[in-house]
Amino acid sequence: MKTIFEKSIKGRRAVRLPKSDVPLIREIHDKYKRKKELEMAEVAEIDLVRHYVQLSKKNFCVDANFYPLGSCTMKYNPKFAEEIAKYEGFTNLHPLLPQLRYGGMLTQGALEVMYNFEMLLTKITGMAEFSLQPMAGAHGELTGILVVAAYHREKGNKKTKILIPDSAHGTNPASASIAGYKVVSIPSDKNGIMDMEKFKAALDDEVAGCMLTSPNTLGIFNPHVKEISDLVHQVDGLMYYDGANFNALIGKCMPADLGFDIIHLNLHKTFATPHGGGGPGAGATGVCQKLRKFLPIPRVVERKDGTFALDYDHINSIGYIAPFYGNFLVVLRAYSYILTLGKEGLKAVAENAVLNANYVLNKLKKYYDIPHPVSCLHEFVISAKKQAQKGIHALDIAKRLMDFNFHPPTVYFPLIVEESIMIEPTETESKETLDEFAQAMITIAKEVDGNPSMIKEAPHGLEISRLDEVKAVKELKLRG
Amino acid sequence: MNYIPNTDEDRKIMLKELGLSSIDELFKIIPHSLRCKDLDIAQGKSEIELRKYFKNLTKKNSSELAYFMGGGFYDHFIPATLDEIVGRAEFYTPYTPYQPEISQGTLQAMFEFQTSICKLTGMEVANASLYDGGTALYEAMTMAIRITGRKKVIVCAGVNLIYKTMLKSYTKNLFLNMLEIPVSEEGITSRANLKKELNEEVACVILQNPNFFGCVDDFSDITELAHKYGIIVISSVYPISLGMLKTPAEMNIDIVTGEGQSLGIPLSFGGPYLGFMATIMKYVRKMPGRIVGETNDKNGKKGYVLTLQAREQHIRRENATSNICSNEAWCALRALVYMSLLGKEGIKEVANLCYQKANYLLDRLLQIPNVERKFSAPIFNEFVLKLPKKSSEVINDLIEKGFVCGFPLERYFKDMDHCILIAVTEKRTKEDIGMLAEALEAAL
Repeated sequence: MKTIFEKSIKGRRAVRLPKSDVPLIREIHDKYKRKKELEMAEVAEIDLVRHYVQLSKKNFCVDANFYPLGSCTMKYNPKFAEEIAKYEGFTNLHPLLPQLRYGGMLTQGALEVMYNFEMLLTKITGMAEFSLQPMAGAHGELTGILVVAAYHREKGNKKTKILIPDSAHGTNPASASIAGYKVVSIPSDKNGIMDMEKFKAALDDEVAGCMLTSPNTLGIFNPHVKEISDLVHQVDGLMYYDGANFNALIGKCMPADLGFDIIHLNLHKTFATPHGGGGPGAGATGVCQKLRKFLPIPRVVERKDGTFALDYDHINSIGYIAPFYGNFLVVLRAYSYILTLGKEGLKAVAENAVLNANYVLNKLKKYYDIPHPVSCLHEFVISAKKQAQKGIHALDIAKRLMDFNFHPPTVYFPLIVEESIMIEPTETESKETLDEFAQAMITIAKEVDGNPSMIKEAPHGLEISRLDEVKAVKELKLRG
Repeated sequence: MNYIPNTDEDRKIMLKELGLSSIDELFKIIPHSLRCKDLDIAQGKSEIELRKYFKNLTKKNSSELAYFMGGGFYDHFIPATLDEIVGRAEFYTPYTPYQPEISQGTLQAMFEFQTSICKLTGMEVANASLYDGGTALYEAMTMAIRITGRKKVIVCAGVNLIYKTMLKSYTKNLFLNMLEIPVSEEGITSRANLKKELNEEVACVILQNPNFFGCVDDFSDITELAHKYGIIVISSVYPISLGMLKTPAEMNIDIVTGEGQSLGIPLSFGGPYLGFMATIMKYVRKMPGRIVGETNDKNGKKGYVLTLQAREQHIRRENATSNICSNEAWCALRALVYMSLLGKEGIKEVANLCYQKANYLLDRLLQIPNVERKFSAPIFNEFVLKLPKKSSEVINDLIEKGFVCGFPLERYFKDMDHCILIAVTEKRTKEDIGMLAEALEAAL
């Protein structure tokens, strides 16, 4: 399809603006003016609308397709939350208002949302306090590691290392590294959890902290997590919880009880805010009591008279990590979601997510290699290594699934499983959808022997077939 | 309401197939000592109840004020067509386009976004967005450190106050040498102070145009000098201003970042916003964030993919260019549709309207006795005035009349007693401006 620029025709206009109602007082000097003509598209409104509506139709999305993308928790995004996020009483609020004198009084509704939402998160996780500033999961991780650094700096600790299991998301080591730490990767054992002996061998006084995802990216809960926390605490290290997979545990256990000192929650995963084609998300970050003073500023506090205010008075704070209060409209959606579900609804989330995952896993285990034959929580990883011996790889299976109208699972992650296929159905899918998906996976497994070219050449019938990613890198074309 | 379709009957069948009698058995790997009790939160509420609750909350927000306050975040007009397009579930309910064959909508949109940012800034290449203007500036700084291998950073005092604070927060553990250069009496980067500090130990100079005080500058002389020492020059820009002002490319800037909120994103109490970054082709492999590239499928048909992924955390882990995983794709889509809707003429018109109205207001306010300009440099749509009394008091007085007449600088800058930062956008009319001027005069 042509780009919007290729559809541009000189003189066409969509939106029109009013003529200036004030005189031109002075021209800006030529030396400050743009020399090169602005070459934006020139299109009529109908052309523009059709262009983007047609583009939208080229996407698979949760509202049209089952989307079992492992570790991304692609659950249904309630429309009600979208409506709330469009209320002008929220969208028209300038973020600098609270910084005016008595300005907090102009935004009481928004501050109340933030305060109440933070309170709910503390009750759901057991942490002492949250910051809503982080704008994504990885941003929450970075915030958490900056808190780790601030803690050790204050104590005068000379710590240089962060321990991270090799099954972790790539963001964990990247976040630790850009915050100035050396990353020590700990291998997993045959059960798919962090190797306890190797962990103990790596644990010394130089360890600033340990980052764990629970359940991990294989969908497996590490039953030794409390022991790990205790050992890390013995060397005055801090425990970081990557909440990417919290959908499996919500209402079942609390990160604080597992010994974690710092956590982030991906609001766009567990709390159903839309993924937006790759963002915006939100990575609310919570800490235990002793780390509260390091959280970013400002904080939202409730005054004695029941009004809300922003509090900047924390000299130990790591400072600002977002310009204001985080992705407020994402927080607002997540807040509406929690209020809608309530305590029973939230508990049902984890239970149904875990049941759905095990149900699909059970159906697939005869047909695919299961690297860690234990019961999973909200997601599981299978391997296409049996199929790979016959020339069909995880990527081929992913592409073939598109013919069945399913978004493929995550493939080639986690890196520790050969030919990995990571499946996360989420709780918002029905038994029929799961049955159809499992059936498609089984059909594909059978095609490996019967009709492999069907898989190799997939997808069929889409407007576009497999794209040449090598060419994209070699002959970089990054703009029209 | 929990959005779970399965019934008890469904679950019974599913459990039976698993050979289990209860869901609880699926959680047996979690030791009982680690389980929690019931959550201490309320029961779920219905949509009817919650709509009322949220409507009431909005009434506690003063969202109908006329803003003459900017500070890097502006109240621009957003065409209705924009929300109609970006509100399509095909755009907001997918995730990162890992599978290109079924994500061409998002991928082409990101390619068009990158193209638009290049056209606006004049730069050679742009990424598919970052979280916001502040984190984009931080990423540009670390990119410059990676490219040069140097650890000294020079920041101009005219960079957004909030962004400067963010840079400090992010780098506390990195042992950088960060130096601030003041603005001159005219309100722009002090050349005399800057020149003294430029040498081969400096990784980058961080600038902003128009700067936080609304002053417009031409950084051509700075880039010329800095490049002699191998220093990378970074500039944060206000995208709307580029409908009129000299582009960063025309000043030979190396890395451009900015806040895209003004491109069709509501003020939203601070987010979600949109960071963008553009640079020269030479540095593309050092750039953080998602990048979309054009390629072909096996039949030679044009298509788009995420590319240069070898820079990224899911492959490079601790050696990645950044820890960033997502971008702000949906906000980038908003900006793209905004730029396309306004088009070539529309963006220029918005820039001209902002410029004309701001200059008109400036002259109108300068007619008030004892109101003076703080700086003399040309402005785009924002300026600093020195009032005869505390600006925070004046602002407070005018809020009752429905205006947020500016942002008080005296709270944040030692040498800015009684100073106020005032911004104007195309949404403010001559009548608003007249009423504001009268109200301000009365309040002084």
